[in-house]
Amino acid sequence: MNWNNLTKGFFRENPILVLLLGCCPTLATTTSAINGLSMGLATTFVLVLSNMSISLLKNFIPNKVHIPCYIVVIASFVTVLQLLMQAYIPAIYETLGLFIPLIVVNCIVLGRAEAYACKNSVGASAVDGISMGLGYSMALTILGSIREILGSGSIFGWKFIEGDAILVFVLAPGAFIALGFLIAIMNKLLKKAK
Amino acid sequence: MEYLLIFISAIFVNNIVLTQFLGICPFLGVSKKISTSLGMGAAVIFVITLATIVTWLIQHYLLNPFNLGFLQTIAFILVIAALVQMVEIILKKISTSLYAALGVFLPLITTNCCVLGVAILVIQKDFGLLEGAMYALSNGCGFTLALVVFAGIREQLALADVPKGMQGVPIALVTAGILALAFMGFAGLV
Repeated sequence: MNWNNLTKGFFRENPILVLLLGCCPTLATTTSAINGLSMGLATTFVLVLSNMSISLLKNFIPNKVHIPCYIVVIASFVTVLQLLMQAYIPAIYETLGLFIPLIVVNCIVLGRAEAYACKNSVGASAVDGISMGLGYSMALTILGSIREILGSGSIFGWKFIEGDAILVFVLAPGAFIALGFLIAIMNKLLKKAK
Repeated sequence: MEYLLIFISAIFVNNIVLTQFLGICPFLGVSKKISTSLGMGAAVIFVITLATIVTWLIQHYLLNPFNLGFLQTIAFILVIAALVQMVEIILKKISTSLYAALGVFLPLITTNCCVLGVAILVIQKDFGLLEGAMYALSNGCGFTLALVVFAGIREQLALADVPKGMQGVPIALVTAGILALAFMGFAGLV
């Protein structure tokens, strides 16, 4: 196992902050830190399982129809996730709503299948999925925390400012602006690291 | 009147890109020029309407009678992928000029989450077939409007003097935020 493989998703190849994959759920579900974290973990679940099974199936899938095959595998795991969440954490399932089935069309999942899992062993693909998924969860949690602190004056549901804060950060425009500045900061940090 | 309300509310009040965050990838990806964004918008309007009609029929005549509701996600994404492929083949045969205009954008649409998103929303909101089709068409128009307006702004932005750290994606996102702020002015219209 390669240490580099495990850490790349957090910083160097962070799916959202550097590669800009999976923007829609990032903007839509980060109204609070908890929502961001649960969306990230849900995506990680699908990412790890789909990476592993695509890596296992890579010798059986004909090259010509590989994209539809990948989509079916991903959609199956999303359905499993939907049923599990409905049964055990219905409250979170309700808040994330539409964006759970939309994990199917999240570019990160298909992107990793295409770029990594179809060329590497099962173990390496699982590590890749964990790394990318947790990196994505980290970015979503950070963005969710920023929006929650600025927008409603609380963090993980713990309120430290009485009354209203800058409400626009919980609404749609704040999502775009906060992500824009977060990516600008990330660019700066990456440049420094080089 | 009811259809007009669906139309106005989907385009302005609940714009699919700027308030519901569906289809952000093409919104950021193909919005550098007005002409390409118009092509992408037209392709999305076409596919989204067609896909919603087909998925509505599948949900109500195949999944519901046989209690297969849990297969919704798999069934819908397969239908959309097949539909996009079919539209591409048919366009190639029937109208070469339309194919030349829309062709490059069609494969991109399969993974555009606004198509699957609207198809699922129509089922969740319990729309009838005609209402659903109207809702899909209006959302396609709303997507196109947001895309074209954003492309117009970005064409001007390319000439502006942007601070180094904010160049590229960050300034585009902040611009989109301001655009979303402007669209919030429509809230309460319907």
